[in-house]
Amino acid sequence: MNAKDVTLLEDTFKKFYFEHFDLLHVPEDPNQREFGYQKFNGGMNRHISLKSDKELHLLLMQNKPSDVYCSNARYMFPNLPMSEKDWQNAELIFDIDAKDLRKEHPKDNTLIKCSDCNEISQLNTSCPNCQSSKLSFITLTCNDCIKSTKDEVIKLNQILVDDLGINEETIKIFFSGNEGFHIYVPNSEYENVGSKERAEISDYIMFRGSIPETFGFRKFNMNKSSLPKFDDDGWNGRLAKHLFGTKSNRPKISQEIVSGGYALFQKKLEDFRDSIGIKIDPNVTQDIHRIFRLPGSINSKSGLTKIFVEDLKKFDPYVDACFIDDEEIEVAANCPIEFSLKKKKFGPFNNEQVSVPKFAAVYMMCKGIASSV
Amino acid sequence: MVNLGNDEIVKYPFLTEAGKYLNDKGFSLEQFGSDPDLKKIVDNAFDRIITSSEGRIFKSDPSSNNSALPLEIFSFLIAVILLKLSGMNTLIRRFSLAEARRAEKFLEKDLMNHQDATKTKLSLQILQELFSVTVEKTDETFTILVSDYLKHSINFHEREWKLINRRVTNGKVHLTPHETVRLVRKELDRHIYTKINSSSTPEMISGFETYVDKLKQLAKKFEVKTVESKEFPPCIKHAIEVLEKGENLPHSGRFMLATFLLNKGQTVEQIAPLFKNAPDYNPKVTIYQLNQLSGTSGTTEYKCPSCEKVKSQDLCFPVPACDNIINPLQFGRKRV
Repeated sequence: MNAKDVTLLEDTFKKFYFEHFDLLHVPEDPNQREFGYQKFNGGMNRHISLKSDKELHLLLMQNKPSDVYCSNARYMFPNLPMSEKDWQNAELIFDIDAKDLRKEHPKDNTLIKCSDCNEISQLNTSCPNCQSSKLSFITLTCNDCIKSTKDEVIKLNQILVDDLGINEETIKIFFSGNEGFHIYVPNSEYENVGSKERAEISDYIMFRGSIPETFGFRKFNMNKSSLPKFDDDGWNGRLAKHLFGTKSNRPKISQEIVSGGYALFQKKLEDFRDSIGIKIDPNVTQDIHRIFRLPGSINSKSGLTKIFVEDLKKFDPYVDACFIDDEEIEVAANCPIEFSLKKKKFGPFNNEQVSVPKFAAVYMMCKGIASSV
Repeated sequence: MVNLGNDEIVKYPFLTEAGKYLNDKGFSLEQFGSDPDLKKIVDNAFDRIITSSEGRIFKSDPSSNNSALPLEIFSFLIAVILLKLSGMNTLIRRFSLAEARRAEKFLEKDLMNHQDATKTKLSLQILQELFSVTVEKTDETFTILVSDYLKHSINFHEREWKLINRRVTNGKVHLTPHETVRLVRKELDRHIYTKINSSSTPEMISGFETYVDKLKQLAKKFEVKTVESKEFPPCIKHAIEVLEKGENLPHSGRFMLATFLLNKGQTVEQIAPLFKNAPDYNPKVTIYQLNQLSGTSGTTEYKCPSCEKVKSQDLCFPVPACDNIINPLQFGRKRV
């Protein structure tokens, strides 16, 4: 990112923070948390200890960070190197991101950037300019993507409550600031469990590693009545609904499953991972030393803010998480597809100088498809 | 602490303090080496060790415990003394596992004891006090908190123990009595092993020398030598292929590949060129990250992830030779 863009973004972010200190808070137990931040074009600064909102606000004003983070873990000595921090416990967190949900990139919302010649163009298998296949993908605002991540969050919540016994009222959902949601489970019995245990929880939620025996399929003396039933609890019930669709289908489909044999049923279970497993990012849940984007801070991948979601159904990230002002500014934009922010449509812009509200300009600059002029 | 009667000490002799128990019963260790009447107990203790070394469980003979001298308690305690005198760790390991499995059988039986509720209560109490596992009885099944279950189940590699293969409702895992007890086998084993290891080793007792020598000889049988092939496991081969093609290998794949090669003894300089074709290759970052993984820049030397982890990251492409290994580093390792 060039120096002019960095200055514009730093100033914009700083202005946002100054005007929205009310959105940015340290957690209840700040002296046990590790904080971190990144600057534009800079590396990560970690192992920082902050004791109050005031110290946080000062850090934001002094350092003009591109991104701000806070650990879900609590440590005795959060500012020491990792091996000396003395890990105590960590909130359980899940990350559901649109990129993990889609089988292919949404055509109308994706751009490609060639790693060889830097050309930006509409979705393609190779660069139309130099034919290179080394491409990176840039996803712009996509309502369908948000809709499917929301559906996934609802399914996750159900499992957390029904299976894992988590009190629904304690679950907190945050929009990640780009194209996903972070689901926090504070003050639960799971706070003390380590990384391996959390890997098991993610496998459970993702429906990974299941075996036919779990669903009543035995290698010998198989009886179709032992297959899952609709009113079974946990994955048995969910699998029954997925397998049979309706109760009246059960006898016929059960017979087919039994005739198909053990190996085929195992294969089916593996395939079901994609259809009924919840698509969380397992690495996020398993990592007990991670620092997470701080709620209330801006995500420099988009210029949108990570915020608490009160009503998931009504929540529209492209309106509710867009806090940058609408002062018109000039940018050189290279955005060959249309996108929509704060209910306004922008683009396509073909390598042209355009005047757009600052929130749209910042969004494009964060996505790497515009520069200040 | 659990209040134990004689019946319980027979079943769970590791819950006693050996020296104190012998003293309370009016015996000294020396007597076992010299008193011909007590020789039977030392023979029993020796047999108990031999049985465990063969991977079998010492069979209880209830009648032998009805006498004034509960033979099985004594044989356990003397076995521990013989093992300590031999100093053979491999025999202590086998002994603690066999004793854990023996106790497991009793625990399971007691958990299912419908006639005598105090037996069930006591076994639940043992689980609570020794392993901090709160088990609740609900009709025919037992339930434990998911978080407690996970702390123990992660020690198992069999897929049936994965949480996904359990009935989980309302934050609790449902288990049969057998599974409840099986869940803590490793901890039971560890408990017995630690207890034996932390007990002090007495001076050689006159009359025990032959037994101890025999145990030292026996331990030699269990020395294991291995050979290792130079071939890489399929997950590593796949990761290298992806990089060679210039395709993007996810972070988890890069971590696996780098830690595998570092753990196999390759240097950062030898490994770095492998990442040259990665679409986001940056030589400085690569060297920095490899140095972090190798422990030269930080304090932690990272280990190659387990097969289970590799599988969960969709990086596993197993071949028959992968059977029975739990970490890619074990691929091609054979006992001779």
